[in-house]
Amino acid sequence: MIRLEDVTKRYPGGHEALAGLSLAVDRGEMVFVTGHSGAGKSTLLRLIALIEHPTSGQIIVDGQNTRRLKRRHIPAYRRQIGMVFQDHKLLYDRPVFDNVALPLVIAGLSHRDAAKKVRAALTQVDLLHKEKQYPETLSSGEQQRVGIARAIVTRPKLLIADEPTGNLDPDLSLEVMRIFRRFNEVGVTLLIASHDIALIDQLGCRRIALANGRLHSEEEEDIVSEYAGGVAVDDNRDGWQP
Amino acid sequence: MKSADALAAPKSPGPLASWAIRHLSTAVGALGRLSRKPFASLMTILVIAVTLALPAALYLLIKNAQSISASWDSALDFSLFLDADVTLEEAGRLRDIIAQRADVESVTLIPADDAMAMFREQSGFGDALDHLSVNPLPHTLVVRPSAANTEVSMGLLNEELSNLPETDFVQVDTAWVQRFHAILDILERAIAFGAGLLAAAIIVVIGNTIRLDIENRREEIEVTKLIGASNAFVRRPFLYSGFWYGLGGGLTALALVSLGLALLEAPVARLAGLYNSAFATISLTAAERLIIVGAGAALGLAGSWLAAARHMRRIEPH
Repeated sequence: MIRLEDVTKRYPGGHEALAGLSLAVDRGEMVFVTGHSGAGKSTLLRLIALIEHPTSGQIIVDGQNTRRLKRRHIPAYRRQIGMVFQDHKLLYDRPVFDNVALPLVIAGLSHRDAAKKVRAALTQVDLLHKEKQYPETLSSGEQQRVGIARAIVTRPKLLIADEPTGNLDPDLSLEVMRIFRRFNEVGVTLLIASHDIALIDQLGCRRIALANGRLHSEEEEDIVSEYAGGVAVDDNRDGWQP
Repeated sequence: MKSADALAAPKSPGPLASWAIRHLSTAVGALGRLSRKPFASLMTILVIAVTLALPAALYLLIKNAQSISASWDSALDFSLFLDADVTLEEAGRLRDIIAQRADVESVTLIPADDAMAMFREQSGFGDALDHLSVNPLPHTLVVRPSAANTEVSMGLLNEELSNLPETDFVQVDTAWVQRFHAILDILERAIAFGAGLLAAAIIVVIGNTIRLDIENRREEIEVTKLIGASNAFVRRPFLYSGFWYGLGGGLTALALVSLGLALLEAPVARLAGLYNSAFATISLTAAERLIIVGAGAALGLAGSWLAAARHMRRIEPH
């Protein structure tokens, strides 16, 4: 689903966020990207979302080489990917329903068809009863779930999330991860950046550890990891069940 | 991954209908956004209205002046003042000779006594004139040229009438009418130029309003682009805002011009009455009204398009 080949991202001023990174995420996988802040997690996701472009190397998403994508095709490319952000990135001047409907409106769906899909997405994050409320009247966890509903309302095959639990307490974080897990079970590929090692451990998903823009084989402190085939892999542990 | 394509093809209405619905809802949405800050929107619309009403009103003024002077054109008579020693009989014979010319429609003889009586009646010098022992006024022929005359043949007629032995002098009132026409032509051109400048001003006013609007909604634009909105999608509501501003300005301009006209109608009628004229103010035709409103809408669209094209591209998610 996602393949990076020798990807380097260097910012003006010389800072190298990613240094020759290669990795692969298979279709239907749920993978976490971990590492300290500044390790390159966000940069990786921003490159996949085409918010930024790599200095060198190839990024192939669903068989499509992003380097060959013309500027005017970027919107259509982004519509194929669900995105969840740490700061939710909701529009605060309109109610929850309209926020979730936005990707459908952009895709040109009729109001009736959109309404059905919006309600389905809100049901999945258990917020259907708050569809008429404005985002700022919701708690941070609820706002994040609205953001997730917006990301999945178009039923994308790939969902990327940048620190989706960054501002949430452990219980809410687990709740959000449980929602992600449910999508994964119906075939959605997920790539989630997070530094919440304990939580990821509970889920028992594969982990890609980054440090200084490179794959990191030596895991921090108590986490044991293996390094195989250019990809950092963590065992699938059975410590957590949805 | 074909989910986006599948979404783009709605099931129920046809593509054209859904396109229309999408535009309609964007248009209504833009209108709603303007109505949520009524004062600011009203100010913008008023600026546009005044800017449009100014050339429209001047144009109307010229149009009215032209219609007045047009009626003068057909009343360009030659006043042929005869020598003092020409008798009334001689004047009568001369009238008959001139009346036979092809380039003359009619000739009226005003005998000196009638002229004196008229002058006494209209000038208010009645008593003073009683002291005159002789009538100083000559007999006069009022020659009305036929309508087929050109400027050249009018000049020729003037020359021939002046050269008649009985003629003292010929007075023609063409000169000042022509000057008046020349002045109107200049004004018309000046207004056309001014209207061009004011149109540019409207584009700048709307462009600036939309630019501020875009800046205020920068975050929203970023988020919308982030989840896959094209430039066209993000631009559309702003184009509609500009369109509404322009349309509102055009309609208000029309109201302003009509108001001005209504205020002037009675005094103009009174003035016309004093001149024994049936002149009535000419209003804008339906086509001209359409042009004003259409110009407003088009300029609004142009202004917002420029602003959107310039500023929208720069706003990218980061």
